[in-house]
Amino acid sequence: MSMSEYKPLIVAFCCNWCSYAGADLAGNNRLCYPADVKIIRVPCSCRVNPMFILRAFQRGADGVIICGCHPGDCHYTSGNYYTRRRMATLFSMLDYLGIEKERTRVEWVSAAEGAKFAATMNDFVETVAALGENKRLEDLRCKK
Amino acid sequence: MQKITQPMLIDKAVSLLENGTVSCVFGWQKGEFDYDITPSVFKNADDLKENFVWNGFCGANLSKYLVSKADKIEGKILVFLKPCDSYSFNQLLTEHRFDREKVYAIGLPCDGMADISKVKKLCGDGISAIAFGDDTISVTTIYEDKPYEIALKDVLLERCENCKSKKCVAYDELLGENGDVLDSNRFDEVARIEAMTPDERFAFWQNELSRCIRCNACRDACPACTCEKCVFDNSDSGVENKAAANSFEEKMFHIIRAFHVAGRCTDCGECSRVCPQNIPLHLLNRKFIKDINEFYGEYQAGAEAGSRAPLVDYTEEDIEPYDVFDRRDIDA
Repeated sequence: MSMSEYKPLIVAFCCNWCSYAGADLAGNNRLCYPADVKIIRVPCSCRVNPMFILRAFQRGADGVIICGCHPGDCHYTSGNYYTRRRMATLFSMLDYLGIEKERTRVEWVSAAEGAKFAATMNDFVETVAALGENKRLEDLRCKK
Repeated sequence: MQKITQPMLIDKAVSLLENGTVSCVFGWQKGEFDYDITPSVFKNADDLKENFVWNGFCGANLSKYLVSKADKIEGKILVFLKPCDSYSFNQLLTEHRFDREKVYAIGLPCDGMADISKVKKLCGDGISAIAFGDDTISVTTIYEDKPYEIALKDVLLERCENCKSKKCVAYDELLGENGDVLDSNRFDEVARIEAMTPDERFAFWQNELSRCIRCNACRDACPACTCEKCVFDNSDSGVENKAAANSFEEKMFHIIRAFHVAGRCTDCGECSRVCPQNIPLHLLNRKFIKDINEFYGEYQAGAEAGSRAPLVDYTEEDIEPYDVFDRRDIDA
């Protein structure tokens, strides 16, 4: 596969109340972001178990981004505060194991920030595309 | 300071058994060889006198066994706790994993435990007998007439070389004198790995973790891993008990295991001690401890019963995940 054809696979975990609505708004406003982003809706960003992230990488994702409400705006009051602590430590650990830190990201996107959602996804896809395929957390048995 | 000896502990345990304070004793006994001392349950005085062992190979942390046994055994359990075990004891109490009333804990001072793989490096295989002196170990092998005399400080377990505390933090009765919390260099090795490039770090961990045979010893010995149902026992997960078919599996297992104990790990070092492949698993847990200390303030799990683990807590001013890396890049 030549580099020009290479399309990264991005998994975006979006919280139901803010970021998923933000993605919706981006669509309604006809803002473009790459189709390589696969959105998975979760009730809250703190629903994202570290296992989900590793599973995504195992099944061939090249980057994983978690989007939630801005701190203080969580629908469940405090979910995203826990997300913030968990992901700060987990991503630091992945980096410690030599997995490129650019492949993981947490971003706070509110339901009113359609433009921010599109810009974030464009930027993230570009960053991950520059890194190329995820080789360090891949599972060859899952390759088609 | 008076040295705690095996006969002293046996006398103590026998008297507590006979006056009815406790109905059984958690201690250590000899395994196949002199150096594989295993955790054991003693129910009568004869058994104690015959089999109870206390020497430099009693590294096993007994606090974990209280979780499954405390509510099944009638009467109290006598458990011996070294300083690092007492931290695990406190952490389990914090998580309400056993009833404090069911346990009679005796705190022991500890001079550090010996690492059999380091002993074997010095005197080779074929060890037939081991005897402990004050600060020395004499090792008899089947190949030499004279025993090897080794200083205990040359063969300490990694966790004892970088001992974080000689202080028993939980006990009903203390034998000997209590020590202090020490300034240790336990994060030096973590800092050394952090300073590598990502490629070097990946190569380092690939080399270490690829030796994993998925025996689950680290999980089974870990006093923080006390879930009755473990995610890794799920046969649909694709990463249940079996030799890793793919390098993803062992990475997944060790990342998730370290994450599950993050903030609760007392750094007792059991994972590395029991690993048959000598994988430095404590370096994963220490990375989490170091990060948590840096991001959210100093925290020692188990130092006091009832404290709140950092990952089930938050403040509004916490560091953002994207700032973690920026800050380190500025520091570098």
